[in-house]
Amino acid sequence: MQSLLLSIRLAACVSTILLVVGLPLAYWLAYSRWRGKFLVESVVALPLVLPPTVLGFYVLVALGTQGPLGRFWQAAFGHGLAFTFTGLVFASVLYSLPFAVQPLIASFESIDHKLLDASAVLGAGALRTLRRVILPMSAPGVVTAIVLSFAHTLGEFGVVLMVGGNLPGSTRTISIDIYDHVESLEYAEANRLALILLVFSFVVLSIVYGVNRRIGRRVWAPWPAK
Amino acid sequence: MAGEISAVALLLRVRIERRAANPAVFVLDVSLDIPPGITILFGTSGSGKSTLLDCIAGLVPPDAGQIKIGDAIVFDSENRVNVPPQRRRIAYVFQSLALFPHMTVEENVAYGLPHLPLDQRTARIGEVLQAFRVENLRERRPAEISGGEKQRVALARSLVTLPRVLLLDEPLTGLDAELKASIVDDLRAWIAAQKIPVLYVTHTREEVDALGERVVVLDHGRVVNQGAPHEVLDAPRRKKLAQVAGFENLLDATVVELREIDGVMRVRLAESSSEIEVPLGYAATNDRVKIAIRAGDILLATQYPSGLSARNILEGKIVSLEPRGSVIVARVQAGVAFTAHLTPGAACALELTAGKPVWMVLKTHSCHLISE
Repeated sequence: MQSLLLSIRLAACVSTILLVVGLPLAYWLAYSRWRGKFLVESVVALPLVLPPTVLGFYVLVALGTQGPLGRFWQAAFGHGLAFTFTGLVFASVLYSLPFAVQPLIASFESIDHKLLDASAVLGAGALRTLRRVILPMSAPGVVTAIVLSFAHTLGEFGVVLMVGGNLPGSTRTISIDIYDHVESLEYAEANRLALILLVFSFVVLSIVYGVNRRIGRRVWAPWPAK
Repeated sequence: MAGEISAVALLLRVRIERRAANPAVFVLDVSLDIPPGITILFGTSGSGKSTLLDCIAGLVPPDAGQIKIGDAIVFDSENRVNVPPQRRRIAYVFQSLALFPHMTVEENVAYGLPHLPLDQRTARIGEVLQAFRVENLRERRPAEISGGEKQRVALARSLVTLPRVLLLDEPLTGLDAELKASIVDDLRAWIAAQKIPVLYVTHTREEVDALGERVVVLDHGRVVNQGAPHEVLDAPRRKKLAQVAGFENLLDATVVELREIDGVMRVRLAESSSEIEVPLGYAATNDRVKIAIRAGDILLATQYPSGLSARNILEGKIVSLEPRGSVIVARVQAGVAFTAHLTPGAACALELTAGKPVWMVLKTHSCHLISE
């Protein structure tokens, strides 16, 4: 149960950070006319195609005492990042980035550009337009982004194993716990946790597709809903 | 009231090049003074009307030029001035209206007034909602009101900010004439009090007649004519010579009679007694004009036709018939030589041969008056 609570704590941290980071990033990706934008889009989408071990490996290198981020953290806080909860948050934010950013981009792009022009002509700057027009109109996209990044973080395994290791209470998440139980042939215990994750994931996806259906247009989901 | 609000004109000198796929480059090059009151910007789609409005509003930067509202410069390419749309105080009603769907009518109208103290804001909103007769819709959302009501709300939302200039991009399309007229009356009343320049884009003639004190005709990115609507749009259905290139029949004629009520005039073809009816143009009786007719627009009959809407029937004789590609080119002598095109099947069915008498049928609007 400790592992489940840890996973939920991790997922909550990650989806909060992703909302803060993802909103400006998605805003920029949706509205920028910079020609090199596709490069940034590719970087954001990388975690969708990279094996978690590859991503985890590079994050581990970066977070380690020899890595740039690790050294900075060591100097600032007196301890490293590898095999800590904070390190896990870093890695998970990267890993779940596309799951937060892509639904936001999709819903920003579906807003009629004339509404943004109208807002500008009526005297509203970018922030007011974002707050009064873009965000209220992309509420379903924001919900989808939060829910998906939460669920995706909850279920991750490879990245956690690479970056966090397996320390009870700080880096042993639910999926690692399940793996442990199977390794030690404790199938009943593994089944209990696996079932929780299964039911939770189903509920989450139902919410996403339900939101998509209710508003009558597609926001974004990992694969198309019929 | 007089002298209280100084009437301010909008001065434009705008040039913009757009690299479109086809045809290669579209150039908008316009120089205009827009006085207070309604000026109609008239032109076909693709003539650059909307692009011009976007430039004035600041949504699209021109490549070169200057835009001034009175003495206030909002764009100047030489001095690198480009005031953002937020600070231009120009109202713009789009064709799609662009009402915010998640806000009520009142919230929409209040959107442009965030900095006003609450009591002034409430007063201003009440005033404009009343002026455009949408007070009773305050709490409704755009999806819950009719097309005409949406148009009224869009006008109210733009004008509540007391703009220096009003831009309207076909805001009243799709309304029946009566509804349109009532909205126009309310708009006119509001503008009369504010004395601001209004640029109203349309491509329909009725709106020009209903609204315009002045009309500016835009064609392929250039101003081709401007003035009072009846001067600019009534007479010159006259084309430039280049526009009738490829017309097989180019005939000299003399104006015999103008029938302004019917919008037509009768002309006598040179060196013959044949008279035909053509669309009214800038011309007086006895003026010499040129008429262009496409060979494909001429109908041939072997008997005197009756019961037709076409006004011009000329008797003549076939001079020659020669096949060219998929058409037969018929030369017909009817006092003047004409060229007509017909299909091989038609030529066969009519048993046309050289020397055979025929009647040619010409619709009035197939006869194009051209300037020298």
